[in-house]
Amino acid sequence: MPQGAGTDGLHEPQFALHVEDLTVSYHTNPVLWDIDLDIPPGVLAAVVGPNGAGKSTLIKAALGLVRPVAGHVRYFGQGYAAARRRIGYVPQRSSVDWDFPTDALDVVTMGLYGKLGWFRRPGRAARARALAALADVGMQDYAARQISQLSGGQQQRVFIARALVQDADIYFLDEPLAGVDATTERTIMALLRRLRDAGKTVIVVHHDLSTVRRYFDWLVMLNVRIIAQGPVSEVYTAENLRRTYGGQVALIEDLPPAPGAEGPTAEGGQDGPR
Amino acid sequence: MTGLAELFQSQLVQTVLIGAALLGVVSGVLGSFAVLRRQSLMGDTLSHAALPGVCLGFLLAGGRDLGSILAGAFLTGALAALAVVLITRTTRLKTDAALGIALSVFFALGVVLLTLVQARGGAGQMGLSTFLFGQAAAILRSDLWVMAGVTAAALALVAAFWKEFKLVSFDPDFARVQGLPVLVLEIALTVMVAMAIVVGLQMVGVVLMVAMLIAPAAAARQWVRSLGAMVLLSAAFGAFSGMAGALISAQARGLATGPVVVLVASALVLLSLLLAPGRGLIWQALRARHDAQRLRGERVLLTLHGLGAAHGDPAYPSEAGMIDAFHGVTSRRALARLQARGLVRAVRHPPEETPHWELTDSGRDAARAALRRTGGDVEGRAR
Ligand SMILES: Nc1ncnc2c1ncn2[C@@H]1O[C@H](COP(=O)(O)OP(=O)(O)OP(=O)(O)O)[C@@H](O)[C@H]1O
Ligand SMILES: [Mg+2]
Repeated sequence: MPQGAGTDGLHEPQFALHVEDLTVSYHTNPVLWDIDLDIPPGVLAAVVGPNGAGKSTLIKAALGLVRPVAGHVRYFGQGYAAARRRIGYVPQRSSVDWDFPTDALDVVTMGLYGKLGWFRRPGRAARARALAALADVGMQDYAARQISQLSGGQQQRVFIARALVQDADIYFLDEPLAGVDATTERTIMALLRRLRDAGKTVIVVHHDLSTVRRYFDWLVMLNVRIIAQGPVSEVYTAENLRRTYGGQVALIEDLPPAPGAEGPTAEGGQDGPR
Repeated sequence: MTGLAELFQSQLVQTVLIGAALLGVVSGVLGSFAVLRRQSLMGDTLSHAALPGVCLGFLLAGGRDLGSILAGAFLTGALAALAVVLITRTTRLKTDAALGIALSVFFALGVVLLTLVQARGGAGQMGLSTFLFGQAAAILRSDLWVMAGVTAAALALVAAFWKEFKLVSFDPDFARVQGLPVLVLEIALTVMVAMAIVVGLQMVGVVLMVAMLIAPAAAARQWVRSLGAMVLLSAAFGAFSGMAGALISAQARGLATGPVVVLVASALVLLSLLLAPGRGLIWQALRARHDAQRLRGERVLLTLHGLGAAHGDPAYPSEAGMIDAFHGVTSRRALARLQARGLVRAVRHPPEETPHWELTDSGRDAARAALRRTGGDVEGRAR
């Protein structure tokens, strides 16, 4: 961690997310190796890579949930603690016990606990905001439903609503489309596009390569190291896919048209995609 | 009856009942969080690990002095928790294995110390062996102040940090992202559980104390739809089993309190698992049967409707045997239920002697509604 640089001094403020030299290891195996990553504000970005590539770990390290052995992370130039209020998080759905005795509205309200502060209970205003967020994800009719009685796609939408009430500037979503049906997928993607159009930065761990070009405008390809990053149109190439996924790339139908000038667009934080 | 009235007036019984109620409330409340956080095994380890501390406190104080005994219990419990953390950090053992190791090592140490103390003889040893399985009658009026203090402190903390404890129990990662000091909150919950265990040791004993944490919470979970309701109900269940167990064991001389309390609490768990609306096994079985019957009735209705359509006569009287053959099982009871709902009626269809059935008007409407619901799959309805 470069201490100082002025506690107030911003480091790389032009990026919504700036990651430098990040290395994470569980026990002794490095799971992320020397990650340099820059994501400009206002993009809808996908993070792709094979199972075990470290996608979830990258998000957790960025959020301070796992401690990196090296490197630093900045949000809009600020350190994590200073930027915390500007960050929204949708964890993998399987990360909690859905048999917890509570209802959908209560879970969404949890997104406001940090802002409420100590000793204050969520009141009517908090309730109204949570209801509005549920309506944003099309779940207003399920507010009083026990979370154990929601389907997988509905649970996912409750989690997204909980992140929406955080009213963040940058959102991390870990596989929000895993196990949801086509209708829910459309609802979620429309919502994420709206967030992006409102100037938010949205970073999504994504597993379905066939929809990358349709859904996203920024792409990070990860396999322990960063393979490539940049606007989807430049980065989504057969060569990069092969380098990320190895031989499995044959399985992907939506291969980009044969790249004329390939140049494996690596490590390029081309600013301002839009 | 007079016996019971006298019983309640006796100082000793009052003390025991108040103590049992306090213990039940505090362990019911904290047990709810422990169960939801899947920390039951941690509770078991903490309570078993209290035994060597109890003996050490006894040895150092040179007699049964509650203050030093509880301090000792708390100390070795904390050491066990620390050992668990160290084992999981430095080795590849999983938490459950580490908990098991700490539990058995500390408990073994406790049993050895207990034997040593008892070999030394002396009047005080009597009081000590009650810490294994609990003896409510051993509680003194002055002990109640300690129990009341711990209970009040725990309740005040839970009330003050309610939303934080809730979020940490449900989704600790999300709590951390929101800036909550998750580690501190988790330690606070664990320390409070340890306090509850320590005050419960005399009454329930180290061996079964964990049941006081788990059983009321597990029973309560079956009935509730919110964390608040779970905590309240769990406290009530805890107080009830504590008081009932203490009363029963006080009646029978020499009967340890712990096992009786645990049996009462387990009965509550069993009843809740069976009966609770929505989650209880009996309730679910009834609902499943109800659903199956409705489905069967609907299929018979559709069969009649389909046969009618095939014959170009919506009121076509179908022969009972034909319906049975269609479904592969006897549909007599399903038809009887449909008849009771006014959807079909039995008709005669001379010259045949066998029973026939036809749809009533409302039966036809019901069949059409069912068809629409199932997407109009007329042919594939029954198998
Ligand atoms: N708590 C942990 N302890 C030890 N190893 C871990 C832990 N969490 C993850 N790993 C390992 O780190 C690597 C990266 O895991 P991560 O969950 O970040 O992958 P991912 O890209 O999200 O995979 P997936 O597509 O399956 O979600 C994997 O090899 C995994 O086994
Ligand atoms: Mg993952």
